[in-house]
Amino acid sequence: MTVVNAAGTVAAAGAAPYLEVRGLVKTFGADRAVDDISFTVPKGKFLTLLGPSGCGKTTTLMSIAGLHRLDAGDIRVGGTVFTSVADGLFLPPEKRDIGMVFQSYAIWPHMTVAENVAYPLAIRKLDRAEIDARVDEVLRLVGLAAMAGKLATQLSGGQQQRAALARAIVFRPRLLLFDEPLSNLDLKLREQMRVELKRIQREVGITSVYVTHDQAEALVMSDEIIVMSKGRIEQRGGPHDIYARPLNRYVSNFIGVANLLEGRVARVTAPGRGELEIRAGGERIQLPCRLGEGVAEGAAAVLSVRPENVQAAREHRSGPRLEGEVIETIFLGNCVDCRVRWGGFEWKVLAHPRAALRPGERVYLHLDPEHSLAVQP
Amino acid sequence: MSERARGFVELDRLTKRFGPEVAVRELSLAVAPGEFVTLLGPSGCGKTTTLRCIAGLERPDGGEIRIDGTLVAAAASGLHLNPEERNIGMVFQSYAVWPHMTVFDNVAYGLRVRRTGRSETRRLTTRALELVGLGELAERYATRLSGGQRQRVALARAIVYQPQVVLFDEPLSNLDAKLREQMRVELIRLQREVGITSIYVTHDQAEALVMSDRVVVMDRGVIQQIGDARTIYARPANAFVANFIGVANLLAGRFLGRNGEGCEVEVPLGEGRQPLRLHAIGGAGAVPGQRVFLSVRPEDIALHLERPNRPAPANLIEGAVVDTVYLGASLDCRVSVGSHEVGVQLNHYAQLVPGQKVFLSFPPEHGLCLTE
Repeated sequence: MTVVNAAGTVAAAGAAPYLEVRGLVKTFGADRAVDDISFTVPKGKFLTLLGPSGCGKTTTLMSIAGLHRLDAGDIRVGGTVFTSVADGLFLPPEKRDIGMVFQSYAIWPHMTVAENVAYPLAIRKLDRAEIDARVDEVLRLVGLAAMAGKLATQLSGGQQQRAALARAIVFRPRLLLFDEPLSNLDLKLREQMRVELKRIQREVGITSVYVTHDQAEALVMSDEIIVMSKGRIEQRGGPHDIYARPLNRYVSNFIGVANLLEGRVARVTAPGRGELEIRAGGERIQLPCRLGEGVAEGAAAVLSVRPENVQAAREHRSGPRLEGEVIETIFLGNCVDCRVRWGGFEWKVLAHPRAALRPGERVYLHLDPEHSLAVQP
Repeated sequence: MSERARGFVELDRLTKRFGPEVAVRELSLAVAPGEFVTLLGPSGCGKTTTLRCIAGLERPDGGEIRIDGTLVAAAASGLHLNPEERNIGMVFQSYAVWPHMTVFDNVAYGLRVRRTGRSETRRLTTRALELVGLGELAERYATRLSGGQRQRVALARAIVYQPQVVLFDEPLSNLDAKLREQMRVELIRLQREVGITSIYVTHDQAEALVMSDRVVVMDRGVIQQIGDARTIYARPANAFVANFIGVANLLAGRFLGRNGEGCEVEVPLGEGRQPLRLHAIGGAGAVPGQRVFLSVRPEDIALHLERPNRPAPANLIEGAVVDTVYLGASLDCRVSVGSHEVGVQLNHYAQLVPGQKVFLSFPPEHGLCLTE
């Protein structure tokens, strides 16, 4: 259970912070790439920094790695100070004991897989038997035991990324940092590797920070997600929190697909419940919905409804009469993506293939108030 | 084929070899005027080779190709029209849009090379740009376009000669996920508006389902099934198609026999466990005892936390949760059932823990018995 305050910083209740980032500021000239960010990660957990390019996620990651000098703030891991601008402390990157996995695999082509993986142990001067035992163990963990003697150039992209992961975890680092490690792989492999990476991280239990712009990746892999924009935190929460209860329009639009309509809160009916008036090109309607954090009576708000939570039917069943025209149906196999025009707005609706809706038909849209959310603009 | 199927584009027993390897084997297909047909399959299935034969970029080793009744390739007589003699437009994966030229010049280029007159070039180019919705951006440099806009330039360039057929070779595979989904919808709208006969190659089944009037599923140079998206999805002809289109749980078992409209399949669960007796549809031509697959889609399986009774569902299976993957709009859950692992897609959020006992069920009409 996490408690999020308005600024997006968190107190993770019940789990002591292991990685602590406080008041992080990093500027490049006049540009505040990271603008006062604070968060913590409990030991063994997987946190994802998610956002579009330029949101500050990679700068944050590089600051944890010690590859950037901060303008303000401090970073601690398990009580060790990595950086403290106020105290003038800076631990060099090589002393931070961090494993990193990048988009480019950074695997040495002239070495075998086993030699690549053994490298971090060799420079730490472990004895031969210990090195062999650990290399065996991690190669088995990442599913490359059979490839130990192969040259890195003989591996596929997915296998090279497994080797890079093995090399990052073999010396049992305090922290694992991932910088978009899957974005060079093709879609099917990427989907497979997401699940695989998460399984391995859970098994080794190393606290991890993962950077991506891919929201599906973030939902699948993370214990917690921080959604960023323009150097700031927009929202932090578990995957289901973020998906089902976005705080504002930006988060709702960035995670998954949503119908987003501008409106105004007409009235509050109960704590966290109310009615939102929405308009689109001449049409207007009042819909019962849940009120998100910071949405009050009379305030401008945005209705956020996921396509899977809208039902289109030829007859009106109950509730507000939201009537529109089907303009497009796109068969996706397990469902049909329907576009329904209402005023100037195109609703996205996921319908069951058996509903067999056709373009030109008039339909009523039924929104479940429990899954209709009024969020901050 | 004894009788030649009539079509705007016709392939008749097309065969293409590369050395000892047969890339396309006696493939016959008729594409109707204005139709959007997709060749779908894994890499190496022969889809791109087929497209390149239609374009005139490969010479077939067997069979014939006709476009609008005109023979453009015939292996027996050695007839082979060059690509530029076939009146075909092409759109590739790499947009091949020139950055130093304006949108207008990019699209007009092909006409100028063909020495089309000035006023005719202006008329045709303007028309093509309007069709793809780029009329306003004619004077913009290509470097200042978004990925989606470049894709439209590529399409405008393919249709500016007013070709009879447009061939697409995985044009969307370089785009990121959000843009790709958006472009799929735009491409179908465009194709419908222009009404041009289109043959589209992709390995992406979602793309094929979304865009096509008909899908041609290929594997190892041979057509596995031809049909509209719904038919291919709901009634795959064999285990390959079921597994390639969407996600299917394929449970290997034995055909027991017919049962009214449906059939029964026995699925062994490994040592020490009673085999499942499942009710399904399909299985045409199967005989009792024959090895078959029972195909059931993850979204067609219901998951129960308690044993459901009154009325007991037709196909009730006991299992244990292996793991779950949260995808936002859905939750994918793997459930172990004896020696099998069954994927279930839930469209609501549920807290499931590994090892938890659950019950699965599916109505017989969602289980499809397939022969190999």
